[in-house]
Amino acid sequence: MTNDLARWQFATTSVYHFLFVPVTIGLAFLVAILQTAWYRTDNPDYKRMTRFFGTLLLINVAVGVVTGLVQEFEFGMNWSTYSRYVGGVFGAPLAMEGLAAFFLESTFLGLWLFGWNRLPKLVHLGTIWAVSIGTMLSALFILVANSWMQHPVGYKLNKAGQPVLSNVWALFVNPTFVWGYAHVILASLITGCLVMLAVSAWYLRKQQHVESFYRTAKVALIVLIPTIVIQLSVGNQLGVVETHYQPMKIAAAEAQWNSCKPCSFSLLQVGGGANDKTPSQILEIPHLLSVLATGTWNGPVTGLNQLQAQYQAKYGPGNYVPDVFIQYWSIRVMAYLATLVLLLALWGGWLLYRGKLRSARVFLWLSVWAVITPFLMNTAGWLLTESGRQPWIVQGLQKTVNANSPSVSATDIWISLIALVLVYIVLGAADAVLMLRYSRHGLAEADAEAAEPSAAPGAPAPALTY
Amino acid sequence: MQLHTIWFIIIVLFWIGFFVLEGFDFGVGALHMFVGRSETERRVAINTIGPWWDGNEVWLIVAGAAMFAAFPGWYATMFSALYLALVLVLAALLFRGVSFEYRGKGEGARWRGGWSWALTIGSALIPLLIGVALGDLLTGLPINAQHNFTGNFFDLLTGYGLMTGVTLLVLCLLHGATFLALRTTGELRDHAHAFARVIGLIAILVNVAWVIWTLVVIGGGTVPEPTQIFGVIAVIFATVLASTDNDGWAFASSGFAIAAAIGQIFISLYPNVMISSTNHAYNLTVNNSASGHYALFVMTLVAVIFMPLVLLYQGWSFHVFRRRVIGATADVQQAPSTSAPGPDAGTEATAPT
Repeated sequence: MTNDLARWQFATTSVYHFLFVPVTIGLAFLVAILQTAWYRTDNPDYKRMTRFFGTLLLINVAVGVVTGLVQEFEFGMNWSTYSRYVGGVFGAPLAMEGLAAFFLESTFLGLWLFGWNRLPKLVHLGTIWAVSIGTMLSALFILVANSWMQHPVGYKLNKAGQPVLSNVWALFVNPTFVWGYAHVILASLITGCLVMLAVSAWYLRKQQHVESFYRTAKVALIVLIPTIVIQLSVGNQLGVVETHYQPMKIAAAEAQWNSCKPCSFSLLQVGGGANDKTPSQILEIPHLLSVLATGTWNGPVTGLNQLQAQYQAKYGPGNYVPDVFIQYWSIRVMAYLATLVLLLALWGGWLLYRGKLRSARVFLWLSVWAVITPFLMNTAGWLLTESGRQPWIVQGLQKTVNANSPSVSATDIWISLIALVLVYIVLGAADAVLMLRYSRHGLAEADAEAAEPSAAPGAPAPALTY
Repeated sequence: MQLHTIWFIIIVLFWIGFFVLEGFDFGVGALHMFVGRSETERRVAINTIGPWWDGNEVWLIVAGAAMFAAFPGWYATMFSALYLALVLVLAALLFRGVSFEYRGKGEGARWRGGWSWALTIGSALIPLLIGVALGDLLTGLPINAQHNFTGNFFDLLTGYGLMTGVTLLVLCLLHGATFLALRTTGELRDHAHAFARVIGLIAILVNVAWVIWTLVVIGGGTVPEPTQIFGVIAVIFATVLASTDNDGWAFASSGFAIAAAIGQIFISLYPNVMISSTNHAYNLTVNNSASGHYALFVMTLVAVIFMPLVLLYQGWSFHVFRRRVIGATADVQQAPSTSAPGPDAGTEATAPT
């Protein structure tokens, strides 16, 4: 019970946290691009768009930062056995994240936000790039830590059976990390692009500020098209890596109960829950699973039943099969939505090429609603990777069921779970209200801010940013 | 010197950095409604910490993460023992953290008032609760041989812990008041001076009482340590200087007082990191809770490379925004539609709430 509650809490808070993180990483990069365009062309449209999307970025950063703090505290609060056991390895990338990324991101965000009209133009441009680099570095270190849980490397077991760091470099060249990091950064850029595209499309449909938002729609599409194309192949490669190191995860994602060679890819099935080993296949594509999972036409995929037998022989009795329903559908939500986003992006690219983007009403309407898709895909991705590791908290080293805090009772976790959910609902509602309000009316405010007179040197600073 | 001792010192420095820097943020946040009588003054007060509060808060994240990396046993026991207290800290950090961004961006006095209260309560609660936690490390909590906490929430409310919490809260309020005086002009600065003088007197009494109690807890006899003596002197300096024009020195003194208080807790603690009130044999120490040698060595390299950089760019940020902050009232009256930060501000400045 305590363990399940702690899991629910971690799942809830991390999924919530990761609604905001990719927006931050993606928008920080895109805002930096817009400001660079302003710096190079001196076109005031780019400046007002920099300020406009910069404020959307700030509203998100606020929630992303504070919910990240919850994640850091939660390891010690709910998972003290885990923290005590692996802290000697897992803690290092977290500390590096703080030292190398968080300081950079937050200090330069303050400099950027308050530095308008105060820093030289080029230096001010540098601050937003520092923010963007900070957000990406932060993702780097946290994924090093997470990848170690998926595929532990660079450690030795000491006399007490505890993992001790022995090669820090191994953590950074862990294949699970390399491909996982690329996957997350691309996903974040896609999220940022789709948010920017949606807001721009909303204004273009209403025929307001057309020239400004045409530029941002263009920037969003130009970044989105290559990103989504590369993402499809990176996601695929990550699947191959995971098939190698965490075969259970991928076998469960394909609901592949028995070994196959060659393997068909199931497009749609009915049933296939935890105890349903004979789901009804509706549509299958021959050979596709072999290609996706192994990169070869006839590659074999080991089935869940066979893997379960192997694991029992290696680790002792127990159930080593993750929740097949979550695995099967989360990978499909990602793959299917990504395909739709690809089609949308190509359509937008074609409209851009033909010069018809401003008046393509159906495309613009779809683009507004497409803003939902990255959040679904991002959530599905984390469910796939985290649920797919179960029953392990660190693959092969420690089971989740043994990792929670012995001193924390179910009542404690209920209190904190309810408190955090309530706080998150309030913050989420306030965030949504502000995002929508600002998306619709914010441009006038951004213009007003941009018109602030610059302070004479030595004079008191008149700007009130907050 | 052994690596785990070096890391103990580094972690103490992170905690000192956090309280000295975020300490004035907490003070400003908790006082902004009372020092600022009008909406414009409140906004000026909040904007004095605007460029920095986020970067200052990272010192807490880094202190926690460094404990996790260098002393996993300490991090695990402390964070799971302080469970419900930390839930409160998190809630306060959450509301306070977003209040900066959200407060000015919504519409209406109720929206702003609500986030102002979130900022005020959050800013007061966090140093109080973390103070209780740090006091508990020293006075001891029920911890068993496996280093697991065996008490409940009420065991966390030790007398000495509460006293430490109150001391840190009062010091943060003083630090916030001296900071506001340093960063503002006119009436707002006069208010800040008045607050600093009154809070300073309270801080002197509280700090002396806390120093005496600390001596009792550590049982080190009746002679105060240098940090304690200098800490008290710094509080007196800050209070006296708050009546003069020496804003910079008053602020430096209140900052030094906080650094001395935090430093004192950890100096008294070493080589322990958490005292077990069940049995001193179960104390967590720098030895029995540390990571392996190699991990500490790698972390030391990382700290040696990145800490100077962090200090450099945070210092630069403080330098860039060193000027005093004033309200935009005059501009607003001339041209309400263009020079105010948002449409709301025009009405705020001319018709203060």
